[in-house]
Amino acid sequence: MLHAPNLSCLPLTIGWANMKDIIFNVFLLLTVIPCFWVALSSNIVHAAFSLLITLFGVAGLYVLLGADFIGVVQVIVYIGGILILIIFGVMMTQRGKLLPLSIQLPGKLFAAVLTGVMLVALILTSTKSLWPVAFVLGEPQPTSAAIGDLLLGKYLIPFEVASVLLLVALVGAVLIVRRSVGGE
Amino acid sequence: MYTVLTRRNAIGILMGIELVLNGAGLNFVAFSRFLEPSQTTSLLSGQVFTLFIIAIAAAEVAVALAIVLSLYSRMKTIDVDEFKKLHG
Repeated sequence: MLHAPNLSCLPLTIGWANMKDIIFNVFLLLTVIPCFWVALSSNIVHAAFSLLITLFGVAGLYVLLGADFIGVVQVIVYIGGILILIIFGVMMTQRGKLLPLSIQLPGKLFAAVLTGVMLVALILTSTKSLWPVAFVLGEPQPTSAAIGDLLLGKYLIPFEVASVLLLVALVGAVLIVRRSVGGE
Repeated sequence: MYTVLTRRNAIGILMGIELVLNGAGLNFVAFSRFLEPSQTTSLLSGQVFTLFIIAIAAAEVAVALAIVLSLYSRMKTIDVDEFKKLHG
């Protein structure tokens, strides 16, 4: 049953009636506002820690959408792994004086226009197209066992390919750094 | 995406890519929550996709940081405007 989604479920426009709306809006703001700081800040360390706040907000939104396992995995892997790597990279490549971190105005204008066009396109696509929306939303269930069933059942091949990809990335990263540090 | 296009610091660009990937993953989970499963997808397919996105992002950050660090040890800067010459 396809129908266009009604726009009354837009966030921040619902009456802040119950606790779930409040929490949802809090996590939404927690996710969106540091994004601007990541993009526009002149201090790269500020940008890295704003990314931390954004990722926490996304993890909260995952849990609110009923993906409890994915939310916890996001905190462990994305924040505790990827963000730590990024902060290592930021700290190891600082030279003391912080360089100006954004390009000049014509490039910024083009980037802003392009991003704005893509934003408008995404909003139009998501609100005007017909989605097979489920009319009766089930209660959020614990998802870990079900995701495990899917990973080892229907999505076994992507699972194995992802593990090979991680192995290749691991070996490749070590190889790249070794050749630059030890080689020349 | 604005971050990817405007940042000069190479790690700033990497942070923009992480934002894009997170947005896509959030989209997948939202689809998994609100849309009906079809013949080929099940009710939690979006969450499995998001799991793969997280794994792929981890692999990509590892390789990207290896590249950035080797560039830094070579050229002493990670300002992408300085990487103009493609000498070997």
